[in-house]
Amino acid sequence: MIRLLWLIPALPFASAAILMLFGSRLSKRWAATLGAGSIGLSAVITILVAISFLTTPPAGHAYTQFLWTWIDVGGFRPQIGLYLDSLSLVMLLVVTFVGFLIHVYSAEFMSEDAGFSRFFAYMNLFVASMLTLLLGNNLLLLYLGWEGVGLCSYLLIGFWYLDPANGRAARKAFIVTRIGDTAMSLGLFLLFTHLGTLDIQNLMQRASAQWTTGSFYAVTAALLLLGGAVGKSAQLPLQVWLPDAMAGPTPVSALLHAATMVTAGVYLIARTHVLFSLAPSAQLAVAVVGACTLLLAGCSALTQHDIKRILAYSTVSQIGYMFLALGVGAWQAAMFHFVTHAFFKALLFLGAGVVINALDDEHSIFRMGGLRKELPVTFWTFLIAGCSLAGLPFLTAGFFSKDLIIWDAWSAQNGHPALWIAGILGALLTALYTFRMIFRVFFGPIGIPVTKRPGFAMTMPLVVLGFLSIVGGYLKQPLLDFLHSALPATVEAHAGVVTEIRSEAIAAVIFLIGLYFAYLFHLQKRNLADVLVANPIGRTLHDWWFADWGLDWIYDKVFVQPFIWASEINKSDFVDAFYAGVAWLTRWSYQELSRTETGRVRWYAAGMAAGSVLFIAMVVFK
Amino acid sequence: MILVWLIGILLIGGVLASFAGRWSAQLPRWISLIAIGTDFILAVIIWAGSAFHGSRPWLDEVDCNWVPSLGIHFHLALDGLSLLMLILTFLLGIMSVLASWTEIREKVGFFHFNLMWVLSGIAGVFLAMDLFLFYFAWELMLVPMYFLIVIWGHERRVYAAVKFFLFTQCSGLLMLIAILALYFIHHRTTGVYTFEYSELLGTKLGGAELWVMLGFFVAFAVKLPAVPLHTWLPDAHTEAPTAGSIILAGLLLKTGAYGLIRFVVPLFPDAAREFAPIALGLAAIGIVYGAVMAYSQTDLKRLVAYTSVSHLGFVLLGIFSLNQLALQGAVMTMICHGLSTGALFVLVGGLQERLHTRDLGQMGGLWAVVPRLSGAALFFGLASLGLPGLGDFVGEFLVMLGSYRVSIAATVVTCLGVLASTFYALRMVQRAFQGPNAHAWKIPDLNPREAFMMIVMIVGLLWLGFFPQTVLNTSAQALNNLQVQSPVAALWR
Repeated sequence: MIRLLWLIPALPFASAAILMLFGSRLSKRWAATLGAGSIGLSAVITILVAISFLTTPPAGHAYTQFLWTWIDVGGFRPQIGLYLDSLSLVMLLVVTFVGFLIHVYSAEFMSEDAGFSRFFAYMNLFVASMLTLLLGNNLLLLYLGWEGVGLCSYLLIGFWYLDPANGRAARKAFIVTRIGDTAMSLGLFLLFTHLGTLDIQNLMQRASAQWTTGSFYAVTAALLLLGGAVGKSAQLPLQVWLPDAMAGPTPVSALLHAATMVTAGVYLIARTHVLFSLAPSAQLAVAVVGACTLLLAGCSALTQHDIKRILAYSTVSQIGYMFLALGVGAWQAAMFHFVTHAFFKALLFLGAGVVINALDDEHSIFRMGGLRKELPVTFWTFLIAGCSLAGLPFLTAGFFSKDLIIWDAWSAQNGHPALWIAGILGALLTALYTFRMIFRVFFGPIGIPVTKRPGFAMTMPLVVLGFLSIVGGYLKQPLLDFLHSALPATVEAHAGVVTEIRSEAIAAVIFLIGLYFAYLFHLQKRNLADVLVANPIGRTLHDWWFADWGLDWIYDKVFVQPFIWASEINKSDFVDAFYAGVAWLTRWSYQELSRTETGRVRWYAAGMAAGSVLFIAMVVFK
Repeated sequence: MILVWLIGILLIGGVLASFAGRWSAQLPRWISLIAIGTDFILAVIIWAGSAFHGSRPWLDEVDCNWVPSLGIHFHLALDGLSLLMLILTFLLGIMSVLASWTEIREKVGFFHFNLMWVLSGIAGVFLAMDLFLFYFAWELMLVPMYFLIVIWGHERRVYAAVKFFLFTQCSGLLMLIAILALYFIHHRTTGVYTFEYSELLGTKLGGAELWVMLGFFVAFAVKLPAVPLHTWLPDAHTEAPTAGSIILAGLLLKTGAYGLIRFVVPLFPDAAREFAPIALGLAAIGIVYGAVMAYSQTDLKRLVAYTSVSHLGFVLLGIFSLNQLALQGAVMTMICHGLSTGALFVLVGGLQERLHTRDLGQMGGLWAVVPRLSGAALFFGLASLGLPGLGDFVGEFLVMLGSYRVSIAATVVTCLGVLASTFYALRMVQRAFQGPNAHAWKIPDLNPREAFMMIVMIVGLLWLGFFPQTVLNTSAQALNNLQVQSPVAALWR
C-alpha cells in the first residue's frame, strides 16, 4: 500500500494538467468531478498509506520512495524522491482531507463563475504542489513545491483578473513571499556548499556531525531558512501580503491562506528542526518573531471591518503561535496547533464565504447582523469554530492546542516568561476579535437581508469541519505520541510558580474576559466602541493597527517607490548615452574635417607645407 | 561528412529558396522548413547515437587542408556541447520559419535566403575548430542578420541594424587581431603556423595572455551581451522581425557564450582566472541591471529584450565561476533561455500581427479574449522568472550553486536579480493580459501553427525542468573532454 505514495501528488497534478488543457471543453459537472474527485482519491490513498504506515511501520519510522535522479552534476545529486514520516503523514492527511472538503464546497460556491474549470485547475495544481512540498526528500524538491504553491497563490488571488486591484494583491503576495524565498535559496546554496547534499535527512545528520551548537554557519543557514518561512507563513516583517490576499475567492482563502499553504513555513522549520536546534539564536529569533507577530496581528484583527481581513489577521496571529512553539522547541505542539487550526480556520473562512454570498458580496461586519436565525447551520458551525479559535476551555480543539503552546512557552527549555505573557495576551486578543466578529455578524438587529442560502455541498464541509474542530482536541495525546518518531518531545525546564493547571486556568479566565468585553462592546452597548476611538489616542491607535502598523506604507516608501523611480528614470538606458556620444563625436569630426575640403589650391598647398614643416621638425627635434 | 552536410543543406536551401521566391511566396517557406527540418532530424539522430561513442573526443569530425601555406584548415568537429547548440539552432530555426509564415509577405525568397544563411553561419560557429574558419563563420552570421533587420524590421530598423552591425563588427575586429596575435605568438614559440584549435591550446603567451584574451572576450561579451556592451541588443531585438528576434535572442547570443566556453577559458586559463572577478562582477550587475531595465519598458518586445540581458548574465556568471556545477548550469541556461525567450518573441510577434502595436499601454484584459495565447505567455513569463519545474530554474540554480563557492557577494546580488525578474514578469502579464479590456480588443486566439510552436516549447521546458539530466549528460561528456584537452582541467573541478 505504501508504494502508492507517489500517486498522492501525481493525481492532482494529472487532473490539473487535464483541466488546463481541456478545461474549456469540459462541462462544469465534469470539471468539478475531476477537480474534487482527484483530491478525494488522493485523500483515500493517503488514508490507505497511513493505515499501512501505522500497522506495519517501515524501518526507522520513515519510508523513502525514489522516483528518478533529477540532476547529477559535479556531486550535486538531488532526486525526485518522496519521504514519508509521521510529520509529513500528519500534514498529508490534513491537506488532502481539508483540501477535499474545500473542493466540494467550491463546486457549489464557484458554480456560476465563468472561469470554473480554470479555478479547479489552479486549485488542483496547488494541492499537488503542496503535497510535493510536504513529501520532497530533499530541499530542492521541497523548494519546487514551495515555489509551486506560491505560483498557485498568485494565480488564485488574482483569479478575478478583470479588477486590477486583485492583480495588485496577487503580485504583492508573490513578490513578498519571493523575498523570503530569495533568502531561502541562499540558505540552500550555503547548506550544499558546506555539507555537500540537500537530502534533508543526510543534511541533518551532517549538520549535527560537522557543526557545533551556535556555530556561525548553522546560525546563518537557519536564519536564511527562517527568511523563507517568514515570507511564506506571513510572519513579521513579511506578513503584509496575507490580508491583501483575501482578494481571491473565499475557498482559496480557506485552503491556501488559512489551512495549508501558509503553514509551509512551520513545516519547513519542523522539518529542519535539527538545524534550528544547532542554532539557538536563530531559534530564539523564531520564538520572538512568533510572539511579536501574534500580538501585532491580533491588534490589527481587532480593528478590521472586512470579515475576511479579520480572519486573515487571525491566521497570521495563529501561525505566530506555531512559530512561538517552534521557537521554544515545542515542535509537536506546533504541529498539533497546525492540525486544529486547519480545521477551525478553514471552517471560519468557508462560513464567511456563505455569509458573503448570502448578503450579495457584503464584506463589512458592521453592515451584517442577525444572521443567527437566517443561516442556522452556518451560525452553529461558525460559532463552534470561533470558540475553538478563541479557546473555549476544556471543550474545543483550539483550547487544547493553544494552551499547550502557551504552557510550553513558559516551561520548555527555551521558554521565557515574556513569551508566556505574549501568548496569554494573544489569547485575550483572540477572544476579543473572534467574538466581536460573531456578535456583529450573527447577533443584533438584522442588517442586509439574506438573498442566497447554501446548498448541501456547502453546508456538508461546514458540519464535518465543525465536528473536527471539537473532536480534534481529543487527538492531542495520540497525535503527540505519533509525532514522536519524527520530532523530539519538548524538554520541560522551568516550572516554578506557574504549573500547567494554573496556566490553563489563567487562559480560561482570559478567554472569559475577552468574551465579556466583546459582549459589552459589540452586543450590549454597541456605541461604547465608538467612544473608545473618539479620543485622539484611541483614534491614532485604531488607525495605526488598522493599517497593519504602517508597514505597507514604509515598504512602499522605502522599497517600492525607489525601485520604480530608479527603473523609470533610466528607461532609455544611460549606458547608451555613451555610445550615442561616440556616434555624435564621429559625426562632428567628420563635419569639421570635411570643411577642409574647400577645393581651393592655395588652401591645400598651405596644408602640405605646414605638414612638411611639422614632420621635419619632428625628425630634427626627436 | 555529415557535418559538412549540416551546413551545406542550409546554404543550398537558402539559394534554392531565393530562386523559388520568384515564382511563389509559399515555396521558399516550405523549402526552408524542409531544409532546417532535415538538419534537425540529422542532429537528433546523432544525439540519439551519441551515447555509444564513449570517450572519443569528437562525435564526428571533418578535417581537410584549406590554405596549407598559412596553416588554415577546414576543420569541423562535433562534441556534446556543439551538438546541443546545433539542436537548439535547428529547432529555433524551424520556429523562425513558422513564426514568419504569415508575417513576412515581401521578398519572401530573399528573406528565407538570409534566414538560412544566418543559421548556417551559426552552425559553422558551433562546429569550426579552426580559428580562421571560426572567424569566417562569425562574420557570415553578421551580414544576413543585418539584412533581416534592415529590410523586414520595424519602425527604426535602419538605426538598429547599423548599430548592431557596428557593435558586432568592431568587436569582431578585436577578435581578429587577437586571433592573429595568437597565431604569430604560437609560431614564435613552436615554429608552426596554425589556426588549429587543438594545437593552439596550451600556447604559452606570457604577458600577452591577458590582452589576447581580452580581444576574444570583448567580441563574445558584445554578442552575449554583457553590460555595458549591451545597448545594441534592445534596439536590434525590438526592430527585427519576429524570426530575427528569435534568432538573435535564441542563437546569436549563444554564440558569444559558446565562444567563452570553447575558446576564452581553455585557450587562456590563467588570464581567465585573473579576469574572473571582473567577469563575475559584470555578470551580477548585468543580471540586476537587465531585470531593472526590463521592468520599466512599455514596448513589449523591448521588455523581453532586456530580460535577455539579465538571463545571459547567468551564463557569464556560470562560465567564470570556473567550476563544473556553474558551467553545466550555464549551458543549461543557454538552452532554456533559447526556448523561453524565443517563445516570448513568437508570442509578442503574434500579438503585434493582431494588434499592430507592441505598446503595453494599448493592451490589457487580453486573457478573456485570447486565453491560450495568454496562458502561454504566462507560462514563459514564469519560465523567465525561474519557476522550479521549468528548465530555466535548473540552469540558474546550478549557476548560483556553483558561483556561491567562488563569490558569495556576486551570488547575493544575483539573487536580487532573480527577485527583480519576478517584478518584470508579473508586470508584463498584468499589463498585457489582465485587468479590464479597456481597448475592447477582439482578436483571434492562437492558430494551429502557433499552438504547435507553443506546445513544442512548453513540452521542451517542462522536459528540461524535470529531466535535465538527459541534456546535462550530453554536455558533461563534452565539457569533460574539454578538460582532458586543455590545461584548464584543474579549474573545472
